[in-house]
Amino acid sequence: MTAPKSDLPQGTLDLLILKVIARGPVHGYAIAQRLEQVSRGVVQVPEGSLYPALHRLENRDFLAADWKETETGREAKFYRLTRKGRKQLETEAASWQRLIDAIGLILGMADGGAQ
Amino acid sequence: MTWWQRLWRRKKMEEQLEKELRFHLDQHASDLIAGGHDPNEATRQARLALGGPEQVKEKCRDARGTRWLEDLVQDARYAVRTLRQQPGFAAIALLTLALGSGATTAMFTVINGVLLKPLAYPQPERLLSLHEQDDATEWPFSYLDFVDCESESRSLAPVAAFRNGGGTVSEPGEPEYVSGRQISSELFSVLGVSLLRGRAFLPEEDRPGASPVVIISYRLWQNRYGGDSGAIGQPLVFNGKSYTIVGIVPSGQQALGDADLFTALGQNTEPIMQNRGMHPGIRVLARLRPGVTIPQAQAELGLIGRQLAERYPESNQGHTITAELLQQQLVGDVRSTLWLLLGAVSVVLLIACVNVASLLLARSISRERELAMRVALGAGRGRLVRQCLTESAVLALSGGVLGVLLAAIGVRPFVTFWPGNLPRAEEIHLDWRVLLFALAASLLSGLLFGLAPALRAPSQELEQSLRAGGRTVVGSSRRLHGSFVMCEIALAVVLLVAAGLLGRTLLRLSSLDPGVDMHNLLTARVAISPGVLASPAATRAAWRDLLSRISSVPGIRSAAITDLIPMDSDENLIGYSTTAATPPANQISLSLLTSVSPDYLKATGIPLRRGRFFDEQDRIGSELVVVIDEMLAQRAFGGRDPVGSQLWVQFLGPAKIIGVVGHVRHWGLDSDDQAKIREQMYFPFAQCPDQFLRLASSAVSLVMRTTVTPLNAVEAARREVRGATRDQALYDVRTMEQIVGGTLARQRFLLLLFGVFSALALLLACIGIYGVLAYLARQRVPEFGVRMALGARSRDVMYLVLRQSLSMILVGVGLGVGGALAAGRLLGRLVSGVRSMEPLTFTAMIFLLVVAALFASFLPARRASRMDPVSALRQE
Repeated sequence: MTAPKSDLPQGTLDLLILKVIARGPVHGYAIAQRLEQVSRGVVQVPEGSLYPALHRLENRDFLAADWKETETGREAKFYRLTRKGRKQLETEAASWQRLIDAIGLILGMADGGAQ
Repeated sequence: MTWWQRLWRRKKMEEQLEKELRFHLDQHASDLIAGGHDPNEATRQARLALGGPEQVKEKCRDARGTRWLEDLVQDARYAVRTLRQQPGFAAIALLTLALGSGATTAMFTVINGVLLKPLAYPQPERLLSLHEQDDATEWPFSYLDFVDCESESRSLAPVAAFRNGGGTVSEPGEPEYVSGRQISSELFSVLGVSLLRGRAFLPEEDRPGASPVVIISYRLWQNRYGGDSGAIGQPLVFNGKSYTIVGIVPSGQQALGDADLFTALGQNTEPIMQNRGMHPGIRVLARLRPGVTIPQAQAELGLIGRQLAERYPESNQGHTITAELLQQQLVGDVRSTLWLLLGAVSVVLLIACVNVASLLLARSISRERELAMRVALGAGRGRLVRQCLTESAVLALSGGVLGVLLAAIGVRPFVTFWPGNLPRAEEIHLDWRVLLFALAASLLSGLLFGLAPALRAPSQELEQSLRAGGRTVVGSSRRLHGSFVMCEIALAVVLLVAAGLLGRTLLRLSSLDPGVDMHNLLTARVAISPGVLASPAATRAAWRDLLSRISSVPGIRSAAITDLIPMDSDENLIGYSTTAATPPANQISLSLLTSVSPDYLKATGIPLRRGRFFDEQDRIGSELVVVIDEMLAQRAFGGRDPVGSQLWVQFLGPAKIIGVVGHVRHWGLDSDDQAKIREQMYFPFAQCPDQFLRLASSAVSLVMRTTVTPLNAVEAARREVRGATRDQALYDVRTMEQIVGGTLARQRFLLLLFGVFSALALLLACIGIYGVLAYLARQRVPEFGVRMALGARSRDVMYLVLRQSLSMILVGVGLGVGGALAAGRLLGRLVSGVRSMEPLTFTAMIFLLVVAALFASFLPARRASRMDPVSALRQE
């Protein structure tokens, strides 16, 4: 039995997708796969919301897409990061990092330290 | 990709979405198979992981951000498709809307051109028209008042004046009468018009004794000089005097009318120009100085007017000077007529909307199951309302497009039929304002007739609709349909009664006695040979000669000259008093003054009541005599016999009254009763004082009693008038019947349009009633079946349907009478001669409407009564 799967916090799916795509052009199925692998199965991306998210990001010009052949010879839609998307990834990642640090600080606070 | 690219590539994007998801599923499935799953199981699991493909697609489409537009396009396509499936419904709805919006758009096109568009001069909102005014009347300016006003005003600059001054152009080319204006030097700079060639008058040319100069119109330049620029500096002989051409006016100058020739007003040396008490038709235009507002200018003009009245009490007592925007003054009383017509036409459009609304409602009820199904499949209520509204919008816009086409065709005939001269008619075009109006009107009407069915459609209990199969009529829809019928009837009542009131007015006015015998009476203006105008004796001789020659023309029984054609729009007001000597200002009353030749009564058929009329003995040098009409006799002398009494007449002095004649409805059949100044006075043309003879001669008309159809005598008369010198002309030829009819032209025109509108309204209302009743009766078929099974006869069923219709009609009539009363009051105020309350007209028109409406309900009622009860019951 694996560890219980966590739901993604609000708004983090976009960040994760951007991060995965930042490593190079990749198609939707591979994104889903990689997200699951990298998070060691902790993060379960609901596949139903992956594609709307991809389309949304493409629509906002963070992603661009090309149709290319995969190694199995089928045509697939490969997403890549645009300049705007890279910038967005940086700011999102930075703000996420700040949030984690802040939450870590609060959680690491000594009991009764507020006195 | 921009949003419209996305929209256009919609199909391709759909394919790509499909392909992308398929790739995902296949890839997942093949991975699972590689992991040892059974192929079928693998496919199933892949599907499960992704979720419903349609839902995912929907969410992806939402993510594109052009969803609303795609929906709109889809809804519009769907609407077009459903409309094409029901061509009968679509045709009726479209035709109804096209008529309604076509008529409204045509009316608006006229209003836009005439009332709303700014004048085609620079800064038209600073262009004013000035008048003198006393408490009773608005006067044109006297020349000296204009000169003072121009030099004293600080808020207006420039200020300019002009008056009519047509005449005969005899060289180069054939002699021809042309309409002209005498203008002050600044007129073109007031208007902001730059001349096509040459220059405007210089201030020093606008003085007595300056060298004669003339500015000609584009038309005259083309006709007489072939458009040669060498025309500047050339001579032109006008009224026997040689002028030098200094400028050419570009074509199409509306504020100046259709004048062909302009001379300098200041060069006019007639005595009337130097008499402050005379108002020789001078109109004054001015521009506001920068930074000055209209109220400021009006205040200053009021002050100038009062100062003039103090300085020159004998001529200016009680006079003040007022100003209004030139645009308003040009448009005048056309404004109320146009808005009235737009109001009437909007009522027709409203009826059309109600009609289409009831059609749509009936359709939406029969579509209830379809809509309920959509709700069951997950469509939101808002989405359904939007779809219904899109359908109405498609209908309304197509109707609007047809309407604009109708308006484009219909607006020209409308302008042509306009009684008299529609100001600014040349500016009536379809432009972006009109298109915007048509678009707004279509969308608004679409909303109006689409809203009720749209809001109603999904509001039903879903389950109930599905179960009932949409067969039973719910009470609310019957009430809604009923209220549609009531609205239509009420609106139709308003239009019908208005048309009835106008019709009655026209009948009543036409039967009034105009005061002249208009049968076989011909009138025409005359331009006398300019050569004779220099000497009063020669002028008088020329007129006598002209009259004797005209009287000998075959077909003309008698002829007379007059400086005022009866019932024409001209006027010549003059003060009079029954005192023998010059009276104090407060005892002066005003009267129309006409100077005529002795045969005037014989020619016009005005009856002589007492005493005698003029004869050849009444001439210059003999005792001054006047003839008054019954009205003046009544006002000034009461019951006494005025013949032999003395009358003091402004500018003429004391005169003896030698006769009394019948009153002529000079101000028109419709408005003479309400006119402020109705007294009329005649004096012999032969006694016209020398200093006024030139002015009187320029205004002379011939009245000719013919023994043949009047217009058949015109050619012979024209030949005779041309005379030996060939420089006299007859122009502006009209029969008295045309002139008298012209005074009712506004009423007749309004009646025609209101008649058409109300007939349209009646027709639409009847179609509406027919449709609603047919629908309601069909819905009640099962009920009728039960009734008949229980023993009701077919007559009872028919009675039932008719009663339902009658109750709706009567409520509608009740509502409409209120509106009709208001409309009647409005008409009474705006159209002279209309009485706002005529019970007989109200009753007759309402009766007509009720009969027509009952007739329309008769067909559905009969159909309901003839059905077979068994098959009716089976439907349930």
